Amino acid sequence: MDIVLQQLVNGLTLGSVYGLIAIGYTMVYGIIGMINFAHGDVYMVSAYITAIALALLTFFGIESFPIILVGTLFLTVAVTGAYGWVIERIAYRPLRSSSRLSVLISAIGMSLILQNYVQLSQGANQQGVPTLLTGALRFHVGDGFVQITYMKLLILFISILGMGVLTYVIQKTKLGRMCRATQQDRKMASILGIDTDKVISTVFVIGAVMAALAGVLVTLDYGAFDFYVGFIIGIKAFTAAVLGGIGSLPGAMLGGLILGLSEALFAGLISSDYKDVFSFSLLVLILIVRPSGLLGKPEVEKV
Amino acid sequence: MSQAVGINFKKSSIDALIAGFMALILFGPIVGVVLDGYGFNAEFGRVAWMVGIVVVGRFIMSSFFQTEKGKALAFRYANNNEGVEVLPPGHKSKMVWIIPLVIVIGLVLPFIASKYILTVVILGLIYVLLGLGLNIVVGLAGLLDLGFVGFYAIGAYGLALGYENLGLGFWSMLPIAAIMAAVAGAILGFPVLRMHGDYLAIVTLGFGEIIRLILTNWASFTHGPNGVSAPLPTLFGLEFKRRSSDGQTFHEFFNLPYDSAYKYMFVYLILFVVVWAVLFIKHRLVKMPIGRAWEALREDEIACRSLGLNHVLVKLSAFMLGASTGGLAGVFFASYQGFVNPSSFTFFESALILAIVVLGGMGSTLGVVIAAFCLTVLPEVLREFAEYRVLMFGILMVVMMIWKPRGIVRVTRTGFAARKGVVK
Repeated sequence: MDIVLQQLVNGLTLGSVYGLIAIGYTMVYGIIGMINFAHGDVYMVSAYITAIALALLTFFGIESFPIILVGTLFLTVAVTGAYGWVIERIAYRPLRSSSRLSVLISAIGMSLILQNYVQLSQGANQQGVPTLLTGALRFHVGDGFVQITYMKLLILFISILGMGVLTYVIQKTKLGRMCRATQQDRKMASILGIDTDKVISTVFVIGAVMAALAGVLVTLDYGAFDFYVGFIIGIKAFTAAVLGGIGSLPGAMLGGLILGLSEALFAGLISSDYKDVFSFSLLVLILIVRPSGLLGKPEVEKV
Repeated sequence: MSQAVGINFKKSSIDALIAGFMALILFGPIVGVVLDGYGFNAEFGRVAWMVGIVVVGRFIMSSFFQTEKGKALAFRYANNNEGVEVLPPGHKSKMVWIIPLVIVIGLVLPFIASKYILTVVILGLIYVLLGLGLNIVVGLAGLLDLGFVGFYAIGAYGLALGYENLGLGFWSMLPIAAIMAAVAGAILGFPVLRMHGDYLAIVTLGFGEIIRLILTNWASFTHGPNGVSAPLPTLFGLEFKRRSSDGQTFHEFFNLPYDSAYKYMFVYLILFVVVWAVLFIKHRLVKMPIGRAWEALREDEIACRSLGLNHVLVKLSAFMLGASTGGLAGVFFASYQGFVNPSSFTFFESALILAIVVLGGMGSTLGVVIAAFCLTVLPEVLREFAEYRVLMFGILMVVMMIWKPRGIVRVTRTGFAARKGVVK
């Protein structure tokens, strides 16, 4: 019983991280209809920048945890957002009118570039960050206990905050209206005076910012990372996006939670060696049974 | 135009400054601050170099596109709508002599080349086979397959495990591996191919990883990361070992001194024949209705479906054919290495094969053959640049897609003419 509860807690935090990354996939897919393969590597870049920001802040003698956290979040979000913008500018904008296959191949190329660029400049070794926030809440359940570390609570809090702010921006602000209009009909939106190129850039930046939040949180919690972490977590976040219905923002969050919970339960109760196999098989299964996902609209092909 | 257009250097300078600022944000942390434990080493010299290159490059580019020549180039790029070049009916290529020449050179090569060169060429030919297989899927049918290495692994492990558990040799596994890979392709492809093409990319990516994870984790069957040994091909039962456990060996039968190069010569010759067979089959298939259907479906799926093509079966045939070619290549790889382990089947291999197809030109056979040799033989020659290999592949893919999405070698096709006596 306590194992199940503990895995549910772990799954909840894992799922909120998947949800944050899935937002990048789902928004980009919604607006230009392509799978941004480089998104997982944007997450990987943000993990490195987190460690670099931490190292810099410690170098300047800052000790208090809240300032370090805010400083790291700010630096990472800013730099990763810039990566998102530049990736779109270099690899995707020149291909706006090309075939879908060209864009996909260009995205794969971008993903390889990012991985190798980080590997060449930072070395191929695994890197790590020190544990900054320790301590946990413990609840006694039957004979055992369930433990929620403060770091996991922080992950939940910041993910919910990030998703809340994003939902507000998309639903209530002018920028959000422009995004939604471009998503519905790009040509019409540009006729009505919306600078669609700018909106697409903004969406890439938003996706990168969300991935950066996930990158900071996971890196602070887990500690270790290398230049290859973006690959697996990228596929899983994409699975989450498809599960929730690609193109749908609440779907990405819901899909992330479901995937995180089911994966944690699978790892805790059946086998942790095959948890990646489980997630990938889940992706194939969803595509067979319900390709439009839980909250997505069925795809209608237009001539 | 009556007046010469001057270059607005102020605009170029602003462009260059903005680019330099962005480069500073991007390169500053990652390149300039190298993590070392929980501390860091500052490498600001590298950042200065890279930012400098970006600023100068952007300035030159911005200025160039303001000149007449640059504008013409930009215009040509914007209207870059090249497709397949259609030659007049009855066109005979002037390059016909090249095929017999290549065959003769290929047959003579093993007897004159050193063992090292032969092993490099075998590796090149294996990648030609892989490139041809993926070219059917990506180039002709327009389906992006990122887990091609999975089929390659099925072929390689099929030989190794089939030999260990069932005693099957190279020759019996060659067709079985092709069929196994094709069946795996059908099981994977059938559900996904009904849907939008982009999903296939991510599902195949997941499939390639699943295969690798299973090979690594199922230690009782696949021996995990330690790998399995694979047998060499035999010539009518004659083995290419120094001593045979049962029966005769090749050198004893022909009264030759033992030389380890014989086995490579033999693998090379079989591979050479198989590559030509695949080339021939592909060449014929492209002209058959199924090949036309692949290309038509790639260009416009909705039009094809409304004309009554069964898009799932057409795509599936391309996917299975590509997969079986990958399986064949896997058998050769296992046999040539004598040993397989999961680290040969990472996503990097899939990316390499994709780079071969992209560089060679989608659908172009000649281009793929040339690209396969370039991308496998060049790293052997330029070993000191080996770590920049993946970066080069990535840049290559992005630049090729922007600059020449159909590859360097253009695809040509002979047009049709009505036969004599047919009423027009």
